[in-house]
Amino acid sequence: MSAPATHFKEASRRMAADLRHRRIIQTAMVKYETVRDQRKLWFQDWQGARNLAARTKFEAVNHLDQYLEQFVRLIESRGTKVHWAGNAEQGREIIFNILRAKNAKVVIKSKSMTSEEIHLNDAMVAAGYEVAESDLGEFIMQLRGEEPYHLVAPSMHLTRGEIQDTFAQKLNETTTDSPEDLTMLARRVMRRKYLQADVGITGANFAIAETGMISITENEGNARLTSALPKTMVTLVGIEKVLPRYEDLALFLPMLAVMGTGQALTCYNTQYGGPRQPGEADGPEEYHVVLLDNQRTLLLADAEQRDTLGCIRCGACLNVCPVFRNVGGHSYGTVYAGPIGSVITPHLRGLKQWKHLSDASSLCGACTETCPVKIDLHHHLLQNRRNASAPTAGKPGFFQKLAFKLFAVVANHAALWSLTTKLSRLGMKLRGLVNGSFFDPTRAWTKTRELPPIAKQSFREWLKEREL
Amino acid sequence: MSERDNIFARIKEALMLKAHASHGHGLPLVEEHRRVMPPVGVTIEEQLTLFANNASELKATFKFVKDVAELAAELKVLSAAEQWQRAATHTGSLAHSQTMALGLATIVTNYGYDKDELELCDVGITECDALIAQTGTVLVTSHSAGGRALSCLPSHHVVIAHRSQLVADLPEAMSLVKQRYSGNYPSMISFITGPSRTGDIERIIVLGAHGPKRLTILCLQN
Amino acid sequence: MIITLFIPCFVDLMHPQVGISMVRIFEKLGHKIVVPEGAACCGQPAFNSGYWNEARTSAAKVLAQLQDAEAVVIPSGSCGAMVKNFYPELFANTPQVEAARKLAAKTHEFSSFLVNQLGVTDLGAKFPHRVTFHDGCHGLRELNNKRPPRQLLAMVRGLELVEMGAAETCCGFGGTFSTKFPEISTAMSEVKCASALETKAEYVVSCDSSCLMQIKGLVNKQQKPLKTIHLAEILAQS
Repeated sequence: MSAPATHFKEASRRMAADLRHRRIIQTAMVKYETVRDQRKLWFQDWQGARNLAARTKFEAVNHLDQYLEQFVRLIESRGTKVHWAGNAEQGREIIFNILRAKNAKVVIKSKSMTSEEIHLNDAMVAAGYEVAESDLGEFIMQLRGEEPYHLVAPSMHLTRGEIQDTFAQKLNETTTDSPEDLTMLARRVMRRKYLQADVGITGANFAIAETGMISITENEGNARLTSALPKTMVTLVGIEKVLPRYEDLALFLPMLAVMGTGQALTCYNTQYGGPRQPGEADGPEEYHVVLLDNQRTLLLADAEQRDTLGCIRCGACLNVCPVFRNVGGHSYGTVYAGPIGSVITPHLRGLKQWKHLSDASSLCGACTETCPVKIDLHHHLLQNRRNASAPTAGKPGFFQKLAFKLFAVVANHAALWSLTTKLSRLGMKLRGLVNGSFFDPTRAWTKTRELPPIAKQSFREWLKEREL
Repeated sequence: MSERDNIFARIKEALMLKAHASHGHGLPLVEEHRRVMPPVGVTIEEQLTLFANNASELKATFKFVKDVAELAAELKVLSAAEQWQRAATHTGSLAHSQTMALGLATIVTNYGYDKDELELCDVGITECDALIAQTGTVLVTSHSAGGRALSCLPSHHVVIAHRSQLVADLPEAMSLVKQRYSGNYPSMISFITGPSRTGDIERIIVLGAHGPKRLTILCLQN
Repeated sequence: MIITLFIPCFVDLMHPQVGISMVRIFEKLGHKIVVPEGAACCGQPAFNSGYWNEARTSAAKVLAQLQDAEAVVIPSGSCGAMVKNFYPELFANTPQVEAARKLAAKTHEFSSFLVNQLGVTDLGAKFPHRVTFHDGCHGLRELNNKRPPRQLLAMVRGLELVEMGAAETCCGFGGTFSTKFPEISTAMSEVKCASALETKAEYVVSCDSSCLMQIKGLVNKQQKPLKTIHLAEILAQS
């Protein structure tokens, strides 16, 4: 087993049995489901909206070269410096060069999963920069030294008491455990950081080709301030984030809000098209956009799973996923958790190391059903499983393969199946001798579940007797 | 080859393989968007009511004022109630004159400002580009609202709008931006929908996470 | 009409009553039943595990056995989805793709066959119990089979259907997933069963014996007051 697979096995086993975790997450998700469903009804035709969103993303992704070229040309024309990063290391290096050129010491960040993907924070901290995550959830995770638990709600697994303790330990500040007081404490701390920061780093939810702008969706105003106050602004964005037209946001902004948090629209949806322009009151003197590939073109080359590049990172598939809800975000061991993560991580980080995530699904399809851009998530998990067992993927599962081959012959051969029926009864009797022990071949099942008995008379035996 | 060229080469090669369009081809028209999106009513009155209801649900304050005199009076009431000491505004003529009339220590962002002083302001008073009925949104740009920080840094954001600025829905607001600024876009365009908030602690909504704790929209009737 | 029953391996061995009930229901409606020899595995376990070649070996035999059938009925949304939705994909770019498509078109899950093909909702059944219904994921999401089982249950004398909050939530079975990741599978099942128990129903009803095997396995182990029954078994009661 690969190291990530071992981690997943152990972490998921532990979390699945953690009833406290289960209660916290189920409660949060039920709250989410209630508001999300109300908001879906607010649309005249939610399913129609999903179709339009899927179509728009299909056009964008399948003409990525054109739209990307247009986006870059226009955003550059307003004085933005655009950088190209083929991989994570290049992405970090580009940002380090900017920090060095600006002689930066303090960096403020707004929420960006792409920055998590290239482990930007760790690298900046290791290089001696003072880095502040301004999103409240991310800030809490930074203080605790944990990875974000969830794409949209990084600290959803924590209770107010745990957050109160974290603030007391890491900030030396005591408050009550009321969410209001805790939030105001974070607000006070972060306000100093906005004012001190030399460079502000953001992610982006969309890159608009038609107008040459990036768009950031948020609720707290932290991205607004990150983009307003420091002298230098940097946006890290995956190349797949392009939308063709400005008006496409009229569809995507509400859909992202509905699926992400159950809101009609989040508080701030802001487009940035350059540094401070002549005649403007403020804004950064320099604006850098870093476009990241990091294996996205590999996903693009897989025509079957290309639709995954339309993902808007709303987190809806995580929220409905019964596996995610039971194992939690940290078990995955990778930045993109849940169904979308299980689909794309094998592409982004290697099938051999990460195929176990595609196995860890009952293929229930709740993810596909909810996805606002209609990514065929659970079928992609099936395709990953197929790809993992292809001869080109090494020499996988010899015995498993043999077993399936044998079963195919036996089950679909009348006489052999009749023999198997009898042998199964014998097998079940023999199993009684080793019941639950290491030698019990069914122990993975029987540890928590009872095994149904083999019927005294199988259906086919009944049918034969009846026909006599 | 530069990294830009490398990436474009990989994209072009990848796209040689055609994907199956399971959900149809071509970019949808705005009319198609409108058929699926939340309804907005037909008359201006309906849309004003929709905006007011949305604003109230978002915990923003929305008030009509008859004329400039009533606007000034309303601002005075707010100023007294919240004991404003310092205000900030921009060179928009209405916002500017109204803020100055309050007689407070005032920052005008377009004239240059100190960030720490702006942070201390009790209120940021701005104009806007549009009000969007569909979602109860205030549309501001760095052009219409005195830059990027003014509408976000002070703890109370007061928007002075005009009834004629109401648009029905998001597509209309976006085409308005394109028409008004085409070719010369402000470097920031922000759709503000209620005061700043977070739900990061147990999904309980707290207002004023990092941006304004209060959002007041004063709308001139004529 | 001559109806060909496809009885999956685990129904044959562990839940013969489901097959027997189907035979009785269709005969009562005046149809003739055929059960082909040598077709007990649709190939789904291999298919879902990624072994598509091995799945094809199974599926090819099924294809051969069923190709002349007038209509094929399967008492499982899961195996039904395999034949109906995944066979054409499995045989894509092979000479059998046409046969796979034809078979897919005439194959039906049991409840949807009764309601949508035969137009029958009332079988005169009587089952005076409080029940809750579990939507098997394949039936629900691959076959879009939300309404037929409920339409059928609505006509059963004495039956009270109480929907559970998590009716559409996966039971955690997922085929080989249940033994590859037994802890996750069990946790999912616990969530499902807790929701079913909340309804105070006597029975969980489903169109899928595999889901019921998972639910029953858990509640029996934990000694919870809940029984399981396949829809066909209820409809055959009088």
